[in-house]
Amino acid sequence: MKYLHYIGTYFLMIVEMFRKPTKWSVMKQLILKDIDDLIIGSLGIVAFISFFVGGVVTIQTALNISNPLIPKYLVGFATRQSVILEFAPTFISIIMAGKVGSFITSSIGTMRVTEQIDALEVMGINSLNYLVFPKFISLLLYPFVISIAMFLGILGGMAACVYGGFSSLSDYIIGIQTDFIPFHITYAFIKTTIFAFVLATIPSYHGYYMTGGALEVGKASTTSFVWTSVVIILLNYILTQMLLS
Amino acid sequence: MIEVKNIHKSFSGVEVLKGISTSFEKGKTNLIIGQSGSGKTVFIKCLLGLFDYEEGCIAYDGKVFSELSEDQKRNLRAEIGMVFQGSALFDSMTIAQNVMFPLKMFTKQSRSEMEDRVDFVLKRVNLIDAHNKMPSEASGGMQKRVAIARAIVNNPKYLFCDEPNSGLDPKTSIIIDNLIQEITDEYNITTVINSHDMNSVMEIGEKIVFLKDGLKAWEGSKDTIFKTDNEVVTDFVYSSELMKKVRQMYIEEKQ
Ligand SMILES: Nc1ncnc2c1ncn2[C@@H]1O[C@H](COP(=O)(O)OP(=O)(O)OP(=O)(O)O)[C@@H](O)[C@H]1O
Ligand SMILES: [Mg+2]
Repeated sequence: MKYLHYIGTYFLMIVEMFRKPTKWSVMKQLILKDIDDLIIGSLGIVAFISFFVGGVVTIQTALNISNPLIPKYLVGFATRQSVILEFAPTFISIIMAGKVGSFITSSIGTMRVTEQIDALEVMGINSLNYLVFPKFISLLLYPFVISIAMFLGILGGMAACVYGGFSSLSDYIIGIQTDFIPFHITYAFIKTTIFAFVLATIPSYHGYYMTGGALEVGKASTTSFVWTSVVIILLNYILTQMLLS
Repeated sequence: MIEVKNIHKSFSGVEVLKGISTSFEKGKTNLIIGQSGSGKTVFIKCLLGLFDYEEGCIAYDGKVFSELSEDQKRNLRAEIGMVFQGSALFDSMTIAQNVMFPLKMFTKQSRSEMEDRVDFVLKRVNLIDAHNKMPSEASGGMQKRVAIARAIVNNPKYLFCDEPNSGLDPKTSIIIDNLIQEITDEYNITTVINSHDMNSVMEIGEKIVFLKDGLKAWEGSKDTIFKTDNEVVTDFVYSSELMKKVRQMYIEEKQ
């Protein structure tokens, strides 16, 4: 029962978010600020993680191929598939649930406990539109982050492959071009866009509807991370089932 | 004019407001006084519609608040200025941006018009060179004054202040009290102030509502509060040594 109530509130929140829009001149600045905080601010960590995990995927694959009958280019192929299909869209989204999600929950939650949201409401401003909508819009750039993650993941794999001596550069390049299915990219970006929506709204929900003080802000951030990850993993399963099988 | 009828409000079963009825008149400074925990903040938040109440009715110049649509509520609220007990400044904006915010949201003024207006109200609350500070860099009293400036910048029709001069020194307190009084007279607005400061009561208490344990215990003005025999009120008013002396002198003067 309680969960039904939460889910209902969540969907009402999303409807309310699109109502009575804030003045464009103000909204524009909010969106730019959120792009800076949420997208630009995440590029560093995403690049770092992608590059090295891409490398590790390559090394693991190469080490597990001991049969000489299996062609060397398979290393590149396996790296490409895992990076594009799962690692970049899903794994990075979980990282982002921690980084961006807890930032969103704690910043909105702090505004809640210090009555800043009440102050907005008292002025007659739709606080959900004012706070959540710009986050949603700026996270529409999230697929861009994921494409960087894909590129760097594959690049990291290449570096590990060549410098580790697992196979030659040309084998790796043949590998990443083998049996390329363009729909896999579409599938990855459909997932990414849906995850972006989840990343913007679930943490906002936890911040916006929290009660209490500073201690509860911390708790809300943790709960928000848990729920955002759970929803991402579940949606990942459902979308994969729907789109690929 | 704001009319309030029989407001009941409870938090998880504990009744905090137990049926308050009163009215706040236009062009007057209306004070709500009472001990800490008597329900002043909860009452003012019910007036603003920030808290839902179980029972009762609040009407702004004849418009019943709970019967308004969301959009009508928002339009009404654009005419409200509110000073929160904890200031509630936007901590991502500088002081000047905080004060400018209502102008940006609700007017079509040019940048320089807005800046002039911000300078003007910041001067009125006695803040001259704090424009570019962040709220976290300002003292508690400064934050309060910024909150007051933000509340009055767009000439509200209704002004609510939750303890506008707690945390201010006596001199600034009087400046703020006088400012609120002046604005109320000048623009003929409905002003509601929560306070437990006896100085304010004596300065600007044109109408006073006394709350005790979620009930209205007394209602009057600054002229009648010193004459009343209501024990609950005298108990509150004459709790400090200074006020006891004032009363002594008042009685002696009369004899
Ligand atoms: N959000 C809330 N949840 C539960 N109880 C609350 C809440 N807000 C206020 N109360 C309770 O309502 C009562 C009245 O609180 P209120 O904040 O209105 O007091 P106050 O008169 O403004 O006091 P002060 O002068 O100290 O600000 C208190 O007993 C408080 O514990
Ligand atoms: Mg209070």
